[in-house]
Amino acid sequence: MTSSNGHGMTLAEKILARAGGLDRVVPGQIVDGTVDLAMMHEQGAQTVLPFHQMGAETVWDPDRVVIAIDHWVPASTEGAAVLHRILRKFAAETHLPHFYDVGNHGICHQILAENGWVVPGDLAVGTDSHTNMLGAMGAVAAGIGPTEMAAVLALGRLWLKVPPTLHIRVRGQFGRGVTAKDLILRILGEVKTTGATYKAVEFSGPTIEALSMPERFTICNMTTEMGAKAGMVAPDEKTFDYLRPIAKHAMHPLRPDPDAAYERVIDIDVGEMPPMVACPYSPDNVRPLPDVVREHVKVDQVFLGSCTNARIEDLREGAAMMKGHKVAPGVRFIVSPASTKIYQQCLAEGIIETFTNAGAVFTNSSCSACFGGNMGILAPDEVCASSSNRNFPGRMGAKEARIYLLSPAATVAAAIRGELTDPRDLM
Amino acid sequence: MKDVIEGRVWVLGADVDTDGIISGKYLTIIDPNELKKHVFEIALPEFAKEAREGDIIVADENFACGSSREHAPQAMRAIGVGAVVADSFARIFYRNAINLGIPTIEVRGVRKIFEKGDTARIEMRSGRITNLRTGAFVTFPPLPPHLLDLLEAGGLVEKVRAELLARKAAAGTA
Ligand code: SF4
Repeated sequence: MTSSNGHGMTLAEKILARAGGLDRVVPGQIVDGTVDLAMMHEQGAQTVLPFHQMGAETVWDPDRVVIAIDHWVPASTEGAAVLHRILRKFAAETHLPHFYDVGNHGICHQILAENGWVVPGDLAVGTDSHTNMLGAMGAVAAGIGPTEMAAVLALGRLWLKVPPTLHIRVRGQFGRGVTAKDLILRILGEVKTTGATYKAVEFSGPTIEALSMPERFTICNMTTEMGAKAGMVAPDEKTFDYLRPIAKHAMHPLRPDPDAAYERVIDIDVGEMPPMVACPYSPDNVRPLPDVVREHVKVDQVFLGSCTNARIEDLREGAAMMKGHKVAPGVRFIVSPASTKIYQQCLAEGIIETFTNAGAVFTNSSCSACFGGNMGILAPDEVCASSSNRNFPGRMGAKEARIYLLSPAATVAAAIRGELTDPRDLM
Repeated sequence: MKDVIEGRVWVLGADVDTDGIISGKYLTIIDPNELKKHVFEIALPEFAKEAREGDIIVADENFACGSSREHAPQAMRAIGVGAVVADSFARIFYRNAINLGIPTIEVRGVRKIFEKGDTARIEMRSGRITNLRTGAFVTFPPLPPHLLDLLEAGGLVEKVRAELLARKAAAGTA
């Protein structure tokens, strides 16, 4: 571990300086920033009351507000149906045209990503903690609460304390069966769930440059589990290629200064890294998967889904592994694509067929089993292998249930064998 | 916001996550008075029944980590929590709680000086938290002016409301 004390600005500082209309900002400074994009999901229903209590009548810029319902889609409880109705009514009254409703839905972060709602240089906020994922676009994307969102809708601005930046430099090539998910799990094992609280995390280095955009989404997504305000990758040709056909507003690509002042620098070499697993009950309780496999951990349920790992690349990889196998007896395997678009791709590519022939349940796109409030809920003492991002007590149902967080490949491997399995054994 | 806050203490350990405060199955509840029945159901099961208005939560590190659910501080406000103090907070909870007007104070070592049922005295402006049973205390740098402003206003709703009213008044006289 080293730290660098240059005089330049980090990526987060550059973006927040732009948002605040300032030449320069330093960590700790409070910035009143202009918001480029505001996203709400069901929690946005709680925004409506404070919005009215504030005496606000109009939304500052309806073209910069996206509503994407995802936690309970289609509504699985009466309570959820009410939340959806509150949002629909609010969108109609305040003339918000960008509503991703049932039939055109997906996990909110994936909706933002695949429709180009967040672009380099943006300050984006959402009513969900994994809004961090969008930092992969070279943006500061942060989760905020619904009362704060009401203020953003009214004013188009937000107070933010400029965070110090943790710089994670990654080099080396992934071995066979090792993925971006294993990398972020390993980093979590090192940085821990409190290691980046209030901080920005900037990823760089040859390994990061070689990652695809979906892989960058996965690593930025889980900076939330480190407590980070934002996780980001500086934009490059891959970012621009991804966004050019879909960007919803102008890009303002910013890069960190070469002499940026980082609070802490961590260097990681992935060359020798095995697949990793986060064991109960914390995403930072990370061990090499082969060590845990030796303990023969039987699973009751397997979940391939969530904003972390349910993109078409993840599902293709999973289906390729599933082919020629069956889901182990006694195991429930739930596969949930991250968006309706990905669902359609799965349909066209025969991925749904592969999974359902093997005995898996392929659901419509939603947060699904990820958060224990919708479907795929765990009974006490059940064990789940999951490609999602959290394994706290009660996360997927009963508080005694045990959740292991894995890469998509390792998740599918567990479904095939009925216990935690090194995916390389099935490749 | 009162300058001096006193209340009975409940203690919590490190890394209490938002699932432990309001579990995922209650997230479709909007009414804070309903929510408060389930507050801390996993992390501190007896709390919802026994809590009194003005009680103070004292927690160890990384309090309220996990999701961005504002249900967590809302339920605490509805039940009348007087202040939340912790060795450290997860950032979204901290913002949410302050925005809802709950005095929220981060101070290293605070968990160690309290046991369940003690009385805490918090001096917001001078930055001191004392255990009135033992006399032990810890100090903290007072909150920055804009956060004190927010608490003073009663939370973000009141603050924005004042700003919008001022704008309207200015537009009206222009
Ligand atoms: S998939 Fe899971 S982590 Fe992602 S937004 Fe939905 S509930 Fe949250």
